[in-house]
Amino acid sequence: MRRFLRPGHDPVRERLKRDLFQFNKTVEHGFPHQPSALGYSPFLRLMAIGTRSGAIKLYGAPGVEFMGLHEENNTVMQIHFIPDQCQLVTLLDDNSLHLWSLKQHGGASELVEEHRFTLKGPPGSPPSATQVTAVLPHSSREVLYLGTESGNIFVVELPSFRVLEDRTITPEAVLQRIPEDNCNRRSCELVEALREHPKNPDQILIGYSRGLIVLWDLQNSKATHHFLGSQQLENLYWQRDGSKFISCHYDGSYTQWPVSSDNRQPEPLENTVPYGPFPCKAISRIYWQTTKNGLPYIIFQGGMPRASYGDRHSISVIHGSQQTAFDFTSRVIDFFIIFSSDPAAEFDDPSALVVLAEEELVVIDLKSAGWPAVHPPYLASLHCSAITCSHHVSNIPLKLWERIISAGSKQNIHYSSMPWPIDGGTNIAPDPPQRDLLLTGHEDGTVRFWDASGVCLHLLYKLSTVRVFLTDADPNDNMNPLGEDEWPPLRKVGTFDPYSDDPRLGIQKIYLCKYSGYLAVAGTAGQVLVMELNDEDAEHVVDHAEADLLQDQEGYRWKGHEKLKTRDGPVRFEAGFQPFVLVQCQPPAVVTSLALHSEWKLVAFGTSHGFGLFDHQQKRLVFVKCTLHPSDQLALEGPLSRVKSLKKSLRQSFRRIRRSRVSSRKRRGGSGNASEVQEANAKFDQDALQEMELAPVQRKIEARSAEDSFTGFVRTLYFADTFLRDSSRHCPSLWAGTNGGTVYAFCLRVPPAERRMDEPVRAEQAKEIQLMHRAPVVGILVLDGRSTPLPEPLEVAHDLSKSPDMQGSHQLLVVSEEQFKVFTLPKVSSKLKLKLTALEGCRVRKVTVASFGSCKTDDYSENDLAVLTNLGDIQIISLPFLKLQIRYPCIRKEDVSGIASCVFTKYGQGFYLISPSEFERFSLSTKWLVEPRCIVDMPEVTSNNHVHTKSGTENAARKSSPGDCGEDERKSGRLMEHALLNDEKVLKEIQSTLEGGR
Amino acid sequence: EFRRFSLERSKPGKFEEFYGLLQHVHKIPNVDVLVGYTDIHGDLLPINNDDNYHKAVSTANPLLRIFIQRKEDADYSAFGTDTMTRKKNVLSNVLRPDNHKKKPHIVISMPQDFRPVSSIIDVDILPETHRRVRLYKYGTDKPLGFYIRDGSSVRVTPHGLEKVPGIFISRLVPGGLAQSTGLLAVNDEVLEVNGIEVSGKSLDQVTDMMIANSRNLIITVRPANQRNNVVRNSRTSGSSGQSTESSLPSSTPNILGNLLQGEEESDEEDIIIEDSGEPQQIPKAAPTSESIESLSQIELLHESTQNGFLPSSEMNLSHSAGSISMEYEVPEPGRKSLEDDGTIITL
Repeated sequence: MRRFLRPGHDPVRERLKRDLFQFNKTVEHGFPHQPSALGYSPFLRLMAIGTRSGAIKLYGAPGVEFMGLHEENNTVMQIHFIPDQCQLVTLLDDNSLHLWSLKQHGGASELVEEHRFTLKGPPGSPPSATQVTAVLPHSSREVLYLGTESGNIFVVELPSFRVLEDRTITPEAVLQRIPEDNCNRRSCELVEALREHPKNPDQILIGYSRGLIVLWDLQNSKATHHFLGSQQLENLYWQRDGSKFISCHYDGSYTQWPVSSDNRQPEPLENTVPYGPFPCKAISRIYWQTTKNGLPYIIFQGGMPRASYGDRHSISVIHGSQQTAFDFTSRVIDFFIIFSSDPAAEFDDPSALVVLAEEELVVIDLKSAGWPAVHPPYLASLHCSAITCSHHVSNIPLKLWERIISAGSKQNIHYSSMPWPIDGGTNIAPDPPQRDLLLTGHEDGTVRFWDASGVCLHLLYKLSTVRVFLTDADPNDNMNPLGEDEWPPLRKVGTFDPYSDDPRLGIQKIYLCKYSGYLAVAGTAGQVLVMELNDEDAEHVVDHAEADLLQDQEGYRWKGHEKLKTRDGPVRFEAGFQPFVLVQCQPPAVVTSLALHSEWKLVAFGTSHGFGLFDHQQKRLVFVKCTLHPSDQLALEGPLSRVKSLKKSLRQSFRRIRRSRVSSRKRRGGSGNASEVQEANAKFDQDALQEMELAPVQRKIEARSAEDSFTGFVRTLYFADTFLRDSSRHCPSLWAGTNGGTVYAFCLRVPPAERRMDEPVRAEQAKEIQLMHRAPVVGILVLDGRSTPLPEPLEVAHDLSKSPDMQGSHQLLVVSEEQFKVFTLPKVSSKLKLKLTALEGCRVRKVTVASFGSCKTDDYSENDLAVLTNLGDIQIISLPFLKLQIRYPCIRKEDVSGIASCVFTKYGQGFYLISPSEFERFSLSTKWLVEPRCIVDMPEVTSNNHVHTKSGTENAARKSSPGDCGEDERKSGRLMEHALLNDEKVLKEIQSTLEGGR
Repeated sequence: EFRRFSLERSKPGKFEEFYGLLQHVHKIPNVDVLVGYTDIHGDLLPINNDDNYHKAVSTANPLLRIFIQRKEDADYSAFGTDTMTRKKNVLSNVLRPDNHKKKPHIVISMPQDFRPVSSIIDVDILPETHRRVRLYKYGTDKPLGFYIRDGSSVRVTPHGLEKVPGIFISRLVPGGLAQSTGLLAVNDEVLEVNGIEVSGKSLDQVTDMMIANSRNLIITVRPANQRNNVVRNSRTSGSSGQSTESSLPSSTPNILGNLLQGEEESDEEDIIIEDSGEPQQIPKAAPTSESIESLSQIELLHESTQNGFLPSSEMNLSHSAGSISMEYEVPEPGRKSLEDDGTIITL
């Protein structure tokens, strides 16, 4: 036993381990949790998002992303790119400023923090004197203007953050020229906005909170124009030619102001309250975009009538007579417009509106009629309905991949066809090694299919199981089109919808067979659906069966939710996965395990009461097995007893709740048959009280017994073709493991293909193993004669796996939360084991077989177990000898939902939720590593029309010589660049030969 | 009936094989029997494990007389010193059990299955201030019956006295194993669990370790009360309990020779039920040539039963026996109505 703890002494193995295993957290997929700031560089065509936890993430073309984290973990308030530079400045809520740079290192760009700075006022001044409210990076790239709460505007030099005190713009200086009646010290409190003149870098527009706007001449250090607004100011925006600017206000109005040399104190041109006349909410941000046809786009956030629409999160776009108020599903953090970045262009010609809302990113195509949304290639809102489970399938066959994509494209026809407008930087990562699917099950009964092959996790297809059932909310009710005269012209955009109509629809388990296209999905109310991929719409009846897992046990009353009602008659399904069989477990408890065998056409499912096997070819229930232990009955009596095995720390609070319930029931003088229950509860109650009076944190040490509740909970199901009865004949078998440490094995008789429909599938219990340590069984696996895990169904038929060795003796691996045990088959005798909990005090939460390839030689690979423990550690354990290979800390042990959400892939990668909306991707393998690798070049600042396209082609050429190529290759790449620049085919060829050569 | 056969003295083999041979020779394949032999002093002694079987074979001079009794009719009092001097009686008992149709004996002295009990162990290798306690849950219905908590203790470190977090026993359940042995007390600091140091581990981790080892739990503690410590003769009187009290836990000798053996010996046996038959303990597989290469690092579960400990097939089977019959005890309707609130738990 001790030998396990000692590091191996075999130097060959140690070297091999280095070639096989390596832990990296590679990329975060999904939408940042709690975004707080947005920035965009038209020059780099990169977008930056800051979060409340101090993270900053940059996104460009798909695959181009960078991440940085402020040490302080404070909220990012503002993000500003330095014009024409690979640099940006962030302002945090602790009033600190941070300068970040994109630097090239080892052939790829990296985001690094270069400087930090906090503005300090003279000694004794209040903190508000230096509280930064507005930041203007000047186009000279040399200075930053910092507007503050005190009304002072400080000038700091870049990149040193040295304060240029002589250039500070004080309220006193600003007020010098203002007419007496407006000359009030208070009118210069708090700088709300700073805007540089689009044509004349020596002029900046200063907007003060109280409404005063001043055009300041930097050369002469004096105010040249005064604009006396009467309303509290929210923001400012220049018209492109600098002849006008627009201001928006707290009362929901916006105002246009002329700027000319003859009038130093002009009156407003136009003052509008777009959603008046009743009181409106503030317009917090406004854009004024010119177009060739003369009609400008006015785009602003807010301004809705306070009383009736004050709760909407809206952005309005006005273009001539067209007006739409995009209604977002969550609070709008910020937004920007993508327009012609060429300074020489005469008009803005906006192409897209990019809106960062609290829960999703929405991009609106302003060029196409009807302003459709653009489907984002990244930043997907994983949590548009809460994720309830995930399932990963590696190496999807091309055929299935294409069919899923085609089903998905039919769902996406309402999206704009515009190419993704944020396209800065170049992805230089090698192409993903294989096609991977990540399937997420959601609370609203949908399953989303994500392309998880590369850095950008994006939605391929969305499957809804709701249609099979009768629910209160008919989907057609929501489709009320907006009337013509609807005012304000609201239009819902975005997909975030966390409110589930019926929690019973929630998806709990998913199993996809990548070879046959069969998909099994199981949910909260005991529903199991088997589906088939169909490329066409179809209308058909879903076969319906019920599985009574209690098998006529009387005296048991299910107090939980009812089973879902099904639709009678044929149901219309769109192209994609279409259900053809529905099995409903009775009682309709949540499905806790699921297995599908596409070759035998069988699906197995388990709940807390038992498990069953269904033949989806003949549409017949083969058998059910109740796993409830007789002594579990007592555990079922109390209404709260079923949550007993939840985290122990929760136990006491639950008991407190129960105590109050019990005592209130006592007062009412509960009578009748509940007396026994009450007695038991009262006894429990006493125990609880006793427990609570003692030290707050103490743990009971007690051996597990058969009487613990939840022992019948089916944790794992597994199909195997192995030697169950004797060593001469192998047969199909079904294995089930329970929470109480019991393993059941059933011998199956599946008729041969030609008689598959005529003869019934038969099952007979062959074995039952009771692990004496009684820990929950979380994994069952059969190893063949070569000690290799049995292949997946149909894997051999598709020539993707060697057929299993049926000559040698098979072995059974049972993984419980506490131990790994190998038994021989067919005669079960224990062969070896690894006691994890007894040695380390950690418990197995997730376990998968993963294949690891050596990064040194192509021909070596081995299977190991990837294990996640309740402490958040990942361990790799060798097969078949159960030797601990390596251990990495991965998830904080307090992050229970992160640990619960973890899925491993077949090739040593994994995903877990770091927030409701983000998956962290990690890799345990040296060979399979998906991480962003990208480069951001400084476009030439010659400011002509071809700036962007030029960098694009340069990057394309660079792509043909990936970063880790030798110097020679890179040179040759550059030489060829001129000749082949425009021929994509040739480029691809070069790339493939280069890759082949490596 | 009498049978006479020969055995190779140098290679007697295992008791199990011998037992099978006896059953074969007597054509009683499915009868449980008690095997005894007469040693050189004429005592009738039992053969029930490899050790005493080997002993018996080695004492054969040249004949080994073996007595076989059906287990249910066994007269345990027949064994023991001087038993063979009452040869007549015994033989008549043994050979003509029918004449003595007595009620089954209540077994008092001769244990069929040796059961280890909770004890203090490794006194010779531990510092006097520490105590290693083995709690045998095996075979008793008593709960382990104690609680642990977080706390802090003072240690001597190179930087002087330092407060470090530790795990302590917080409560003993009246009537539990821990209390009834009297070997553990409230506020004893837990230093090791089955040979693994607990320092640096969280309360939950230590809880899980103890529960995982609950069938054969070995806890090394520093008793809160240091006055009852064993004072060894070999030590000078100067090194009293007080002076070594604050030794570092890492200085604890980690010699676990006995401990490991004990763990193996009493390791729990999983149960297999084949084809809805009788539950049996899962045997340990013989080592294959394949796994020999990994001997150095892999724990092989091949070992024979030791120390006269014959695993009884009756332990812990009562509940499993209930579940094989696939019958479900149906409570009287109305009296014990089962309810389920269907709380959703995602694991």
